[in-house]
Amino acid sequence: MKSFIFKPFEEMTPEDYAVVGFKSGLEIHQQLLTDKKLFCRCPAGKYSEEYDAEILRHMRPTLSELGEYDGTALMEFKTKKEIIYRIKRETVCTYEMDDTPPFLINDQALDIAIKIGMLYNCNIVDELHIARKQYLDGSIPTGFQRTAIFALDGWIPYKDRKIEIVQMSIEEDSCREVSDVGHYRTYLTDRLGMPLIETVTGPDMKTPQEVAEVNELCSALVRSTGNVRRGIGAARQDVNVSVDGGTRIEIKGVPRIPMIPLLTYNEAMRQWNLLRLREELHKRGITENTFESKTEDITGIIKSSHYLPLQEAIDKGYKIKCVVLRGYKDLLHWQTQTDTYFSREISDRVRVIACLTTIPNIIHSDSKGDTITSAEWQKIKKHANATNDDTLVIVWGDERDTSTACKEIIIRAKEAAIGIPSETRQALSDGTNGFERILPGADRMYPDTDLPPQKITKERLEKLKAHLPEHFWEREKWYKELGIPEDTIRPLAISKFADLFKKAVGGWNINPKAAAVAIIQYPKRLKKLGYDPNLITIEMMTEILMNYKAGLLSRWGMFIALKKSLQHGKFYPELLPRPILKEELLSIIALKKKELKKMNPLSGEKKQKVLMGLVMNEVKVNIEGKVVAEKIKSMEHK
Amino acid sequence: MTASDFKGYRGKALSTLKNFNAPVWSDVVIQTEKGKYKGIILPRSETADDEHIVIKMPIGYNIGVAVENITEIKINGRKEANYKIPEKEFPYDEGKPRVKLFGTGGTIASRLDYRTGAVIPAFSPGELYGSVPELADYCNLETEKLYGVFSENMGPEQWIGTAKAIGAEIEKGVDGIVIGHGTDVMHHTAAILSFMVQNSPVPIVMVGSQRSSDRPSSDAALNLIHAVKTAAESDIAEVMVCMFGPTSDIYGLLHRGTRVRKMHSSYRSTFRTIGDIPIAKVSRDEITPLRKDYKKRRKDKNVIVNPVFEEKVGIVYYYPNMKPDIIDSMIDNGYKGIVIAGTGLGHVNKPVYPALKRAQEKGVAVYMTVQTLWGYVQMYVYETGREMLDLGVVPCANMLPEVAYVKLGWALGQTSDLEKVKEIMLTPINGETTEREPSNGYLIYQGGLPEVEEFISKYRK
Repeated sequence: MKSFIFKPFEEMTPEDYAVVGFKSGLEIHQQLLTDKKLFCRCPAGKYSEEYDAEILRHMRPTLSELGEYDGTALMEFKTKKEIIYRIKRETVCTYEMDDTPPFLINDQALDIAIKIGMLYNCNIVDELHIARKQYLDGSIPTGFQRTAIFALDGWIPYKDRKIEIVQMSIEEDSCREVSDVGHYRTYLTDRLGMPLIETVTGPDMKTPQEVAEVNELCSALVRSTGNVRRGIGAARQDVNVSVDGGTRIEIKGVPRIPMIPLLTYNEAMRQWNLLRLREELHKRGITENTFESKTEDITGIIKSSHYLPLQEAIDKGYKIKCVVLRGYKDLLHWQTQTDTYFSREISDRVRVIACLTTIPNIIHSDSKGDTITSAEWQKIKKHANATNDDTLVIVWGDERDTSTACKEIIIRAKEAAIGIPSETRQALSDGTNGFERILPGADRMYPDTDLPPQKITKERLEKLKAHLPEHFWEREKWYKELGIPEDTIRPLAISKFADLFKKAVGGWNINPKAAAVAIIQYPKRLKKLGYDPNLITIEMMTEILMNYKAGLLSRWGMFIALKKSLQHGKFYPELLPRPILKEELLSIIALKKKELKKMNPLSGEKKQKVLMGLVMNEVKVNIEGKVVAEKIKSMEHK
Repeated sequence: MTASDFKGYRGKALSTLKNFNAPVWSDVVIQTEKGKYKGIILPRSETADDEHIVIKMPIGYNIGVAVENITEIKINGRKEANYKIPEKEFPYDEGKPRVKLFGTGGTIASRLDYRTGAVIPAFSPGELYGSVPELADYCNLETEKLYGVFSENMGPEQWIGTAKAIGAEIEKGVDGIVIGHGTDVMHHTAAILSFMVQNSPVPIVMVGSQRSSDRPSSDAALNLIHAVKTAAESDIAEVMVCMFGPTSDIYGLLHRGTRVRKMHSSYRSTFRTIGDIPIAKVSRDEITPLRKDYKKRRKDKNVIVNPVFEEKVGIVYYYPNMKPDIIDSMIDNGYKGIVIAGTGLGHVNKPVYPALKRAQEKGVAVYMTVQTLWGYVQMYVYETGREMLDLGVVPCANMLPEVAYVKLGWALGQTSDLEKVKEIMLTPINGETTEREPSNGYLIYQGGLPEVEEFISKYRK
């Protein structure tokens, strides 16, 4: 193994990532903007914390192909969770409750998905087969997600290369978790069943920054259709990370793209450090085969401890157990991620699998923190026949959970001598990640017998292709040529007004910068004033740009007209300012000149500015400053 | 190669597969005008079109590839699905009761074939133990597969066979019987078994599932656990249906076989006792009786099995503007008994009367039930009712239409003397008619009312 040691995040270079063999790919989940859910006719996109009723279910693993229970399945069954679903009548019907079979797939959703697949240069499948993908965590009441591959083998351009789009699926969204405490996990069902697409890229990104950049690209691409949901939770990404000699680890549910670099850095570091930990264990002669541990009940030994969590455990009549890990001294304090140590890997497993959710849920003899006294450690050590080379891990809880916990501690410690366990991990807000579940096996997919295969006809594809937006990167190239300001290029390229912009500039010969400002900057300004820019329709914007072209509105006039249109919900010709004729402008200028004379005498240059201001106050809605300035100038010359 | 090598394929798809010598289970790379697809060729549903070939891709998803675009199929090997279910020996415990599980076709426990999606029923004690190990907490289990038919194909032949099998098992001294059954017509079978098998000394529990057992959310395992517990431990020696009480995984209900009906096409809590209350509640831990008047478990073996059935019996569901030819055609086709599900208190329109008169003249037994399901037939209230009584139509009190149908078949199987048939029909055997309807026998709460919503928000549905 290479002797590389991870540097702090800011100091890592692309060369460093090359040394550890950093590789990463994305699985991007994006909700589609539809009226209804994917397999039932409930409204989509209505969220509420309120609920009318609850139902309770359990998830039971089903036997897989080989007659074995899948790793995840077994883990979830060990946890024996009671799953509680909160149900609000407006957003949930008997389909989501798994009491009614699915209705046929929502065609509006499928059309949007196919369009996005085409933009990703994918091959659209000829016949759609709905599959069931098992999830035993309860996040979907059926125990599986209905999902179908609709596109394969695409790509998007990035830097000087292509990023592969391996596959795209259309699927139903899962529940929102409310809480997960002890043996109870509670979900809200409003999001359940909403249509989303999952886009899987190849493991083509070589640094954490690249992962975020590619994600931004993908996000811009889907938004350029105008058919996807925006806002918190509408797009979520899973990030796959591996290093040389490591394992492909999936970090689930990354809510924001800017978090990605730090998260992937920490995961790469975790894998690298776990590989180094394995090396250390092997040096100590500890392998999968020589690994030794034992478990002792120490409830009686430690019943007078002053350590609060143990006092409370004793008051509740809990069991306290100690696991001895032979030869592991100091290794629970082995760093895995930033400010995170191997003990966290163990604590996470205990929390998730044994349902001991109150933290701390373990203490150990490698800990530098204050827990029990050294006399107490000595006593336990003696009782458990442990030596100075061993590490002791103490865990407490009800009898069944505690014995599950001891087994998990041993499993995880032993895995350290084998390598990096296949897990899915959850993104944490500090940029580290925690254990979520054992990675599900490939055997968790099977056909949905409730729904027939669906042919995707040529006619359908042709119709969708005819209305496909241009690739946003093509638009961006053109905008650059036009000299559109840098910060306006991307928003304009993915805006729903991008086609209108093309028409305005290409067809009506409108000044590109004026059009770009009207389309991108004015709505932003209106948002700051408390208006909802989403309500600006293509019709409104079209009318405003055409009136600008006709000379009936100035640039400023476009802003005012847009604001008024929003206030009225529609553009009306009556919202246009009364036109100002050339003669009228001249008389206004003359009038203002008189006013100016009454003011304090000013220097020539300032005079001009004040005059300009006085005139513009009257006419700025109709006439550009440039025109007014020219007029004033020409009048001087007369 | 034989037809089974191309299972489900026909027309264009079949000839494409044959052209490239690619039978199902081939591990292939399909080259098309659009791109390459890698995967295993799966059998195709017989009802699907002949334009696509289904493959399972390495990531587990299936897709259909249009045959018109295929230019080549390259075969790399063959991976056939394996249909074997793992078995674990069902532990024997001398102290536990002996329960017999009869299979009739519905799948209570199963293993899924991930390649095809086919559900393979688990049925031997070993297989069941492999998937529902909790069963061993309650009993020593023996199993016997009686039939392998879909629920809707259960009929007189299977009813008679099942009744005889139950009788034989009781003779052998079993402590309880569980019958796995599809849910669609479970209440028909429960009713007929209540008549064919009388005076049972042990519980006879029918069970099934509304969500198939290959799904993690299935109700199958819990229903089976409840049924086995009831058969092993309960003191209720009746034919019962044991299915979910609420849609939540909390408890099951034990319904009397003659008063139970499937009331929703897909809900878990679809079975309800009609016009009365269930016998008991059952959870993993306890059986809680809801009434006291059930038949108690006994030590003897004095069961009475009377497995007969006249097949020329039918149900007519009355609708406005029904023409007499419906009933005439039954008479002409030699039907010996007709159960009418009438409107309201038990009515049909006057134009049908001549057909009823003909039935009376031809010696066809005609019985009246109500399509409202709840409530009694009462033919004295209106003139029309009294006229029908004169035409020989016999009111069936609060007997459910399906129960009246199987009971009439059973009665006519014993005798063709219509007076004796009437006596059998009107003498309740186990609650198929009751003298009184308790005030809590009809409870269909109306959603939307504040007090109902309050109730629903308090208790898990």
